[in-house]
Amino acid sequence: MGCGTSSSTKDRKSEKALKAALVIQNWYRGYSARLKARQRYALTIFQSIEYADEQGQLQLSNFFSFMLENYTQIHEKDPELVARLFGRTLQDSKDRQEYVSFVDVPDSYNGPRLQFPLTFTDIDLLVEAFKQQQILHAHYVLEVLFETKRVLKQMPNFTQVKTSPTKEITICGDLHGKLDDLFLIFYKNGLPSGSNSYIFNGDFVDRGKHSMEILMILFVSFLVYPNDLHLNRGNHEDFMMNLRYGFTKEILHKYKLHGKKILQILEDVYTWLPIGTIIDNEILVIHGGISESTDLNLLHRIERHKMKSVLMPPISIDEDQDTDLKKTKTGANVVPREGKTNESPSEQLPKHEWEQVVTVFSASNYYEEGSNRGAYIKLCCDMTPRFFQYQVTRATCLRPLYQRVNTMESSAIRILKERMLSRKTDLIRAFQLQDRSKSGKLSMGQWAFSMENTLGLNLPWRSLSPHLVTTDKNGNINYMSTFQDIHIQKPVKEAQSTLIETLYRYRSDLQIIFNVIDSDHSGLISMEEFRAMWKLFNSHYSIHIEDFQVDELAERMDLNKDGSIDFNEFLKAFYVVHKLEKLNKSDANLL
Amino acid sequence: MADDKEREELVVAEYHRKIKEAFEVFDHEANNTVDVREIGTIIRSLGCCPSEGELHDLIAEVEEEEPTGYIRYEKFLPVMTEVLLERRYRPIPEDTLLRAFEVLDSSKRGFLTREELIKYMTEEGEPFSQEEMEEMLSAAVDPESNSIHYKDYIAMMVVDES
Repeated sequence: MGCGTSSSTKDRKSEKALKAALVIQNWYRGYSARLKARQRYALTIFQSIEYADEQGQLQLSNFFSFMLENYTQIHEKDPELVARLFGRTLQDSKDRQEYVSFVDVPDSYNGPRLQFPLTFTDIDLLVEAFKQQQILHAHYVLEVLFETKRVLKQMPNFTQVKTSPTKEITICGDLHGKLDDLFLIFYKNGLPSGSNSYIFNGDFVDRGKHSMEILMILFVSFLVYPNDLHLNRGNHEDFMMNLRYGFTKEILHKYKLHGKKILQILEDVYTWLPIGTIIDNEILVIHGGISESTDLNLLHRIERHKMKSVLMPPISIDEDQDTDLKKTKTGANVVPREGKTNESPSEQLPKHEWEQVVTVFSASNYYEEGSNRGAYIKLCCDMTPRFFQYQVTRATCLRPLYQRVNTMESSAIRILKERMLSRKTDLIRAFQLQDRSKSGKLSMGQWAFSMENTLGLNLPWRSLSPHLVTTDKNGNINYMSTFQDIHIQKPVKEAQSTLIETLYRYRSDLQIIFNVIDSDHSGLISMEEFRAMWKLFNSHYSIHIEDFQVDELAERMDLNKDGSIDFNEFLKAFYVVHKLEKLNKSDANLL
Repeated sequence: MADDKEREELVVAEYHRKIKEAFEVFDHEANNTVDVREIGTIIRSLGCCPSEGELHDLIAEVEEEEPTGYIRYEKFLPVMTEVLLERRYRPIPEDTLLRAFEVLDSSKRGFLTREELIKYMTEEGEPFSQEEMEEMLSAAVDPESNSIHYKDYIAMMVVDES
C-alpha cells in the first residue's frame, strides 16, 4: 500500500495532532464558557442589588409621606423644618441678577468662555474643553441654568416632534455622567444641529464622574437648537436622587465656592424638564416607561413643576400653609391642582393602546469596566428603527477576557459582601435558627435558603458560595467565615456594633434626609433637628435602637461642642474595611 | 437500601437546584426559557466539558420537536440531571492538556508560534471560529516573543479558575 512505514507514521502523527487539537479546543471552550458564566453572575449581582436599592427608595418615599401626614405634630415643635423640606421655591428674575452678577470670572480663568446668545461655536467650545478635562466656570453654569429654565418654562409637558424621510431622529437613553459615552455617540452620529435631531431620555446625571459636563453640553445644545435637541426628565433629574447617587457631591467638589447656588437653581430647572416626547403622534419617548394605568391625558395636564422629587409627594407651601394642607391631606399622589380633575367620561379622550415597548440605555460599562455595551436608536417616519451599539474603552485594544471578567467579578463580590455585612445581625440569626447543633456549619441548601430570604436577592448562591464562604471537606458551609475578613470601620470606638450596623445599612437614606434638612447646604444640622429626625426615622423604619444610644453617638460626633453635627463627616465615617484588600481612597467615598 | 435511595434523592435534589440556578441566570425574560445559543455555556458552567459534537447531540435532546430557538427548562432539567449523575463529559486534567500542547510542539521548544497555533486550532479537530481564535490569542500570546509559552499559559489559567 504505497510507502508502507512512512505513510503510517505520517497518519499516526496527524492522528495524534488531531487528538491534541481536540483536547485543546475542548478545554478552551469549557474555560471560555465558564468565564462567560462568571461574567453573567457578576452582572446578575449588580442588577439584583440595584433593583433592591430601588425598592429601598420606596421606603424612603413612604417616610416623606409619613412625615407629611404627621406634619401637624412636627409643625408645633419646629415650624421651620417642614417648610424647609417642602417649600423650596425660588423667586425668578430678581434672583437671576443677584446670582449671576455676583459671580465673577477672573482673568486667570483658562476654561471655556461662553457667549450669550449661544451658538453652535459654544457647543464645539464646550466639547473641546471638556475633552481636555477643563471645568466650566460657575458663572457660565449659572447663566446656562437660568436661561435653560426660562426656555423650558414655555414648553408643554410633552414635546411634539415630526420626522421626515430626510430627517431622522436619534434617541439616547441613560448616560449617568459618562461623558465618554456621549462623546462616542457624537463621534459616531454627529453633533446635534438643525439637521441632526436628538432626544435624550433622562438620567443624564449621577453615578458617573462627569454629570456636570454632560448637563452643560446638553443644556447648551438645547439652547442653541431648542427645536432639535429634546430633553426628557428622568428620575435622576431630582435633587434627592442626586444627594444619594453622587451628582451633588460632584458639584460641591468641582464648585467649592458657588456649588450651593448651583444646586439651588438646578433643583428648580429639573422641575421644568418635559415629561416626555411624542414622535409623529405615534411614538412616546418617556423615562421609566409606562404601565397599564398610565394615562397620557392626565400627564398632559398636570403641573409638572410641582414635582420636586420622585421621593416626595408634590406639594407647595405658600403663605397660606394651613389651607393648602387641608386640601391635599387625603392623598399625596399626583393630582392636578388646577384644571379638570373630575371630568365626565364623555369628555375624556380614549385610552391609548400601546403596541411595543423598547428600552434604550446609553451608558456602557455602567456597573464596571466591561459589564455592558450602550446603544442609541435612529428613527424615521414609517421605517424600522435602527439600533447602534458601542462600548467605551480606555485601551487601544481590548484586554483579554479573563482579565475583564476578573475585574467585574471582584467588584460584584465586593459589593455583595458589603451587603451581607450591612445585614450581619439578621443573617446570623437566620443561620443560627437552622444550626440546631450550634456547630457553626450548615448544608449548602440551608445556607442558600437563609441568604436568599434574609437579603431578598435572587442570586445563584451555590455558584457564588466559593467566593463568599469556606466549606469543609464534607461540603458543609462555615457560615461565619464571610465575616472574618471584613468589618465596618467604627467611627467611634465605644459605639455598639448593632448601632453601627444599622447606621451603615441606612446610611444612604439618612444622608438624603439630613441633606434635605440642611437646605442651605452648610453641612451642619442642629442637635434638635438631628434628634427630631432620628425619632421619626426610628418609628417609621421600625428600628430597635434606643434614642439615648443615638444621642450619645451624636454628642460624640459634635466634635467642637457647639450643638451642631457635621453629618456628612458622620456618615462618611461608616465604610467597610476589607481586611484582605488595600483600601482605596475612592472606596472610602462609596457613600 | 433505603438509606442509599434517600442519599440519591438528596443528591438529585441538590443537582436540581444547581441546574436551576445556572439556568435562571441566562433566563433573561424570566419565563423558564433560554436562547439555544447559551445552552453550551450553561452546560459547561456546571463543570461538564462536552465536545462540539456531543453538545450538538445534547441540544437535539432538549430542543422542541419544531425548534424555536429557545430551550425550555422542563426539557433541560431531566437531561442535565442524567448528565451530572452519570458524570459524563468530565473536564480535561491539566497534564493531559500539557501533553496535547507538547504533541503539537514537535521540536520540543517549549512554545508554539502564533501561526502554528492558529493553523492547528482553525484547521484541525473541531475548528475554532475567528472570534474564538482571537479570544484565545489575546490571553495566550506573549507580546514580546509573539509565541505561546504553553506551560505558563496553562498554569495561569488554572490559577484563575481556582
